Amino acid sequence: MERISFLTSNFGKYDTSSIGSYMKIGGFSALRKAVTMEPLSISDLIASVKVKGRGGAEYDMGRKLSQARAVKGERKVVICNADEGETTTFKDRELIKNDPFNLIEAIIIAGFVVGATDGYIYMRAEYSCFRPLLLNAIRQAKSYGFLGENILGKGFDFNIHLYSGAGAYVCGEGTALIRSIEGKAGRPRMKPPFIKQSGVFSRPTCLCNVESLSIVPHLLLDEEQVYARCGRGDSIGTKLISVAGNVNKPGVFEIPFGTTVREIIYELAGGVQKDRHIRLIQFGGASGKVADESILDTPYTYEDLRAAGVMVGSGGILVIDERTSVLDFLRMNQEFFSEESCGQCTPCREGNLHIKLILDKMAEGKATAEDIRLMHKIARVMSMSSLCGLGETAQNSLLSAMKVFPGTFAVGGAEA
Amino acid sequence: MSENVNQAEKQEMVHLTINNIPIEVPKGTKIMQAAREIGIDIPHLCYHEDQRIKAHCRLCSVEVTGRRRLLAACSTEVWEGMEVHTDTPIVRDTQVAILQLMLANHHKDCLSCPRNQNCDLQRLCSRFNIMESHLPSVVKEEPRIVTNPAIVRDPSKCIRCGRCIRACKDVQGIAALTYAHRSSDITVTTAYDKPMERTDCVLCGQCSLVCPTGAIVEKDDTDAVLDALQDPKKHVIVQVAPSVRVALGDAFGMEPGEIVTGQMVTALKLLGFDKVFDTNFGADLTIMEEASEFLHRLEHGGTFPMITSCSPGWVNFLEKNFGDFTAHLSSAKSPMSMFGAIAKTYYPEKAGIPVEDIVTVSIMPCTAKKFEAARPEMGREGRQDVDIVLTTRELIKLIKYVGLTFQNLPESDFDSPLGYGTGAGAIFGASGGVMEAALRTVYEKYTGKTLERLDFQSVRGFEGIKEAEVDLGSRKAKVAIAHTLKNARILMEQVQRNESPYDFIEIMACPGGCIGGGGQPIGTTNAIRKKRMAALYEIDRNLPIRKSHENPDIITLYKEFLGEPLSEKAHELLHTHYHKVEKEYTF
Repeated sequence: MERISFLTSNFGKYDTSSIGSYMKIGGFSALRKAVTMEPLSISDLIASVKVKGRGGAEYDMGRKLSQARAVKGERKVVICNADEGETTTFKDRELIKNDPFNLIEAIIIAGFVVGATDGYIYMRAEYSCFRPLLLNAIRQAKSYGFLGENILGKGFDFNIHLYSGAGAYVCGEGTALIRSIEGKAGRPRMKPPFIKQSGVFSRPTCLCNVESLSIVPHLLLDEEQVYARCGRGDSIGTKLISVAGNVNKPGVFEIPFGTTVREIIYELAGGVQKDRHIRLIQFGGASGKVADESILDTPYTYEDLRAAGVMVGSGGILVIDERTSVLDFLRMNQEFFSEESCGQCTPCREGNLHIKLILDKMAEGKATAEDIRLMHKIARVMSMSSLCGLGETAQNSLLSAMKVFPGTFAVGGAEA
Repeated sequence: MSENVNQAEKQEMVHLTINNIPIEVPKGTKIMQAAREIGIDIPHLCYHEDQRIKAHCRLCSVEVTGRRRLLAACSTEVWEGMEVHTDTPIVRDTQVAILQLMLANHHKDCLSCPRNQNCDLQRLCSRFNIMESHLPSVVKEEPRIVTNPAIVRDPSKCIRCGRCIRACKDVQGIAALTYAHRSSDITVTTAYDKPMERTDCVLCGQCSLVCPTGAIVEKDDTDAVLDALQDPKKHVIVQVAPSVRVALGDAFGMEPGEIVTGQMVTALKLLGFDKVFDTNFGADLTIMEEASEFLHRLEHGGTFPMITSCSPGWVNFLEKNFGDFTAHLSSAKSPMSMFGAIAKTYYPEKAGIPVEDIVTVSIMPCTAKKFEAARPEMGREGRQDVDIVLTTRELIKLIKYVGLTFQNLPESDFDSPLGYGTGAGAIFGASGGVMEAALRTVYEKYTGKTLERLDFQSVRGFEGIKEAEVDLGSRKAKVAIAHTLKNARILMEQVQRNESPYDFIEIMACPGGCIGGGGQPIGTTNAIRKKRMAALYEIDRNLPIRKSHENPDIITLYKEFLGEPLSEKAHELLHTHYHKVEKEYTF
């Protein structure tokens, strides 16, 4: 299968503690180029290769930037969402660890496109080991004039602040993340107001994932259009994915869109441990949907995965082999959401608890057909009416498993 | 100019359909309001018309064509061409499921709940024909918290809607209540889970007024009143605050702001009170002392600005937050406490009844009055001046208890000698009223002239902070009025910075003053507060005597008993002092 290194092309090529080392491999030339361009032509470029938000929401990244530019308001903000909280998703960590200067450069370019004065990196508590690395990168970028006032003599003022979360899954949700930066409890709020109009400290805010931002400097320098030639259908370019679970070589891989799930699991991730059977595969983290083995030959693209009933989401792939039952997997997932719900809205707060209780009852073999019906109903109500994305997607695994593994939910029937 | 543009924008109309009914509403209208226009009440619990939108309970979820997920009707603005459906199977399923989920985490012992038949959750369950929860109970056994004389919390009845949190934080600026923990462990609680009275809470009861269930209620003292009334040895007298008579009717299906003084007095007599007196009399007495105190400070020097101390929530707030500034408070007691002091001294003498047989009850719009009555300084010889304080809500309970058809009761008058109040006393119930009442007396006493126009329009109304300048001839007096503690804080911070331009300040803890007090009927909103306010000014307008110092019973009281304002006896009975309360924590 085809291997590509586009987004990861800097990995291992420079000393991540030294801006000089980064500049030797061409670091900050993307920023130098960007400041000579019309901001909107940069967002157009991103839109032309159909980069979607890589955090999971899959919103058109070019459009996001151009909309943020169009918002009227003083002192706009760009936030880099590094609160990578989805279980089995750890690709942003590799970008922070192996290419911190590219990330800083990317945030500055995004700030330039949007017309922002401040950038925030909101980093999950568990990544605090990378704080010194990023703080050093920010400090050095500032001392070289890439941050601060009048950047590259273009009259562009921009600073980057690093903020570590206290450790809550829901803080990956935009409004909760913003509240957390503001020093409040990290709980989502209703929208509107939308973040783009009134985000952190009520300032117009453009919030992007680490990976979505990291693509930008590479795209600006991609004169041979390597990126645009990768991919399949509407899914152009490459994607950073993380594979976890019962595979021989779990890890982070950059793939061109269109690589099949089988190639990912069996060639990149080294196949399933001891050649066991795959019980299920979950795509996109804890809030992702599940599939069975029949998905193996599906190409990894936004469209194909969606047609197969799952989603790219955060780019995480969890492989579960035959040793774990579908029910046990769902109970583990449910345990997670029962703890991580913020508790504000009724469907998510109470629904997660009751689904957990019914799954426990199933495990004891005491669940009735009425319990299963009720569980399905609660899950549907949660996904239809919760306040934020957590409640809306917490039951993705359950609802998809009910379709893919009906036997698990047949009362008194066979365990899948 | 920009205001005109904004108004033009507001006028822009949006066309949509709700359940296929076409409707036109101004741009910016939320789905919930649009639906109301055509008579559709979308169910809701966390939504409250005076609060900013939370969209927590999700009960108002509705279907909008083209949207995969349901949208919250409380928070979603309508757009051109929107097609809303409030009655589809998924909407109904969602509403019922959400109520079921709430019920599973709620004590369903409605019979034991003070909010039985006056509970939003109960009403919605009735509407959706939900008789029981299909889900197993997950309610945690948590005891009722009954540590203070005013507010009772029952966490097992809390539906975590956040209305109390918003009232405390956004209206009062106190934030004594907040969310703690997360997921199904989320609770509404105080800092460090301390009892409310040991937090920044001032017991104003605004939380109890907006709580949709029985999770926060006033401490119920109706049994103590019934016991006293049934005790033949006791002479039970009652005083009623000015704002009760314009709020009580709400609970009996009357129009908000309807003046029900006469029916109220009849109801109290039918309840068995030996005498029914008027706190307006106490208000007139307060004006006599407070106006004299103000003039005394003007003439002999004293701490300025002088600030009123009638509102016990406000006094608690000052003691807890600006404890170094208690000297600014008027030493004149509140009307309730002055009345109590007279009722336990002058009245027994006059009526020939031993003081130990007298039980004094007061009907107040306020939960914090329960705390005020229990203050050790509000009594003498080990006896409290006011024995029992009932809120308007508890009076409603008593009227229902004895089975009176309130709206059909004939009218009757207060008893004498403590039953006559002037128009000045009546307007004490509205924010700005104490100031206006005081100015009527201050002006005449200071200038020696008769006040031609009694209405001080600039101190009326619902703005958060009002100010006025009164020409006293030889000098001008600058006054300010604030309601809600959020606004009080603004004025106190001026005092703290030594930048207060005022001579006299009136502060009421609750929105609109006592007419919006924390003990008023459930369902009180700002719109209703305004109607009650107007009603009090109407009472004032229609009374023959509108100045406290012209109240004949007050004149007699001074002649027979007190001597003159600020006399030694008046000081002993009618004045008090306040003290700093140390905080148990800081943030």
